[in-house]
Amino acid sequence: MVHWTAEEKQLIASVWGKVSVEECGAEALARLLIVYPWTQRFFDNFGNLSSPTAIIGNPKVRAHGKKVLTSFGEAIKNLDNLKGTYSKLSELHCEKLHVDPENFRLLGDILVVVLAAHFGKDFSPACQATWQKLVGVVAHALAHKYH
Amino acid sequence: VLTAEDKKLIQQTWGKLGGAEEEIGAEALWRMFHSYPPTKTYFPHFDLTQGSDQIRGHGKKVVAALGNAIKNLDNLSQALSELSNLHAYNLRVDPARFSLQFLSQCLQVTLATRLGKEYSPEVHSAVDKFMSAVAAVLAEKYR
Repeated sequence: MVHWTAEEKQLIASVWGKVSVEECGAEALARLLIVYPWTQRFFDNFGNLSSPTAIIGNPKVRAHGKKVLTSFGEAIKNLDNLKGTYSKLSELHCEKLHVDPENFRLLGDILVVVLAAHFGKDFSPACQATWQKLVGVVAHALAHKYH
Repeated sequence: VLTAEDKKLIQQTWGKLGGAEEEIGAEALWRMFHSYPPTKTYFPHFDLTQGSDQIRGHGKKVVAALGNAIKNLDNLSQALSELSNLHAYNLRVDPARFSLQFLSQCLQVTLATRLGKEYSPEVHSAVDKFMSAVAAVLAEKYR
């Protein structure tokens, strides 16, 4: 089980409290598809992904980004039981979606960059370290049920 | 592969740093040590407290090397040849790609905190590609 200090929990909560899940989720997913274009392989039915502009404006990308980040919010509410929280989603990503867990790490890093751009100097080194830890742990929990 | 557009974006972005390059190098390193403590194992000889002269000095070196690479985007292999030897035979940062990824992430976070919206998806992509290309050249001679 992962241990979170009071300071880490505070840094997570204070950032999350100011995040628009819809905007941030859309941005993070769009950037994943732009910066690492091979990730588009999972989204054949999303329509036009032919350019950064197309991706950013794509309503399916926005909607799915929101879904993904909403789920992230669940993790934040359950920091003491991430594996349990993500058990079903982990099975889904393995058995139905066939997503290489490396992609969770990529999305996590992108989310951190999005937060950095959004919060500027407030996204201190301590804040980044906590969030890198969080995205790492979430990625690990999502990969946990793979077989 | 770095497109002409990528190269333009990288050069433009570097141009916006306006003399803060040293600070940026030091901050990126500090963030890396803080977020990825195992990276500190390569610096047992350093004073790793925040703001140390050694971190500042090394940050300056790293950024200067990146600046040089940016001036030679059409021939990274040659521009980084010395550094490539150094990393392969002396420093042996291992796994090369892995640890250099951490520096890349922290440099990008540093740039993003300073540039905000200007660190657009296109810029993000170009910089990420550039850092990957640099890491690949530095790891070229490992074996």
